[in-house]
Amino acid sequence: MITTLIYSLTGLILFGMGFFTLIIHSHPLRKILAVNVMSTGVFLILVATAYIPLGEGEIDPVPHAMVLTGIVVSVSVTALALILACRIQETSNSSLPGRKQQGEVPEESIR
Amino acid sequence: MSRTGKNHKRLDGFQRLLLLFVICMVVLLGYIIWSTPGSKPVLTGAVAQMQEYSGVESPVTAVLLNFRGYDTLLEVMVLLLAVIGTWSLTEAFFPVQRSEISPVQMGAVRLLAPVMCLVAAYLVWQGSHLAGGAFQGGAILGAAGVLMLVTELPALRTIPVLPLRIGLVFGPLFFAGIALICLLFTGDLLGYPKGAGGWLILLIETACAISIGLTLALLFAGGRPDKEFIWKNNP
Repeated sequence: MITTLIYSLTGLILFGMGFFTLIIHSHPLRKILAVNVMSTGVFLILVATAYIPLGEGEIDPVPHAMVLTGIVVSVSVTALALILACRIQETSNSSLPGRKQQGEVPEESIR
Repeated sequence: MSRTGKNHKRLDGFQRLLLLFVICMVVLLGYIIWSTPGSKPVLTGAVAQMQEYSGVESPVTAVLLNFRGYDTLLEVMVLLLAVIGTWSLTEAFFPVQRSEISPVQMGAVRLLAPVMCLVAAYLVWQGSHLAGGAFQGGAILGAAGVLMLVTELPALRTIPVLPLRIGLVFGPLFFAGIALICLLFTGDLLGYPKGAGGWLILLIETACAISIGLTLALLFAGGRPDKEFIWKNNP
């Protein structure tokens, strides 16, 4: 019981931290990372609810399968979101919000 | 510099209000989790009951590919969609080879890549009775691909596009094909015929692991292959 509680509360705190960052930061990369931290928290809660101490019965496979599905979906969402963020920066003239203007390296010199 | 100064900035009114709101939400949710009576898995019994009909010994694999095979089918499609989205947005950027790859790095890739493929195959096979399966094996295969991508092997530039495309859709189409064949023979989508579940799951997992590994490596490459490259191969 106490193990489940510790893992669940850790997942909950991760979720809260991610949610806070998602709202106050405007840079897309920070938002993508925040969503990832949030999803990690949710996965932790789900796996923790399926936890059963050793020898007290079988594990509950359904949450495990759901988390496995969720991880794969979150990986593909992250990849697509990163590409979209890069694309926004390439096609827009101004730099992304939440970023200092003067320290910016011109686009051509990077590529 | 200015960045460290920015990190120490005090929160303004809205951010403090939001912080308060988030803390309240976390405390409320924490109370809900704390007051929920000890988890009593409802579906464990149902899964354990049907386990012997699933054809595999691992309960997680049984749920993933037999009882809820529909979810996994759509999940593989999500991965395919992510690659299609990526390919339609940007081109992969391969820098022109400037210097020789260091022998240490080359040696590491030569040693690691085959071992990683072997581990991936083992994980897929292990999925039928222990933790493991298509996604774990595919992740290792993807890692092998990423390792070769960061080494910037010159051989990667000469891979034609068509095999890549076929490899990407092979797993999802194979899975969907099996699902349709099952629909024809047993009347249920993904309702495996009795006794055939075990090897059908292994076949699907092998096909999906190859596609998932390729998908993850191509997502890391971040875009479709160079345009001139496609022209050269499809005149």
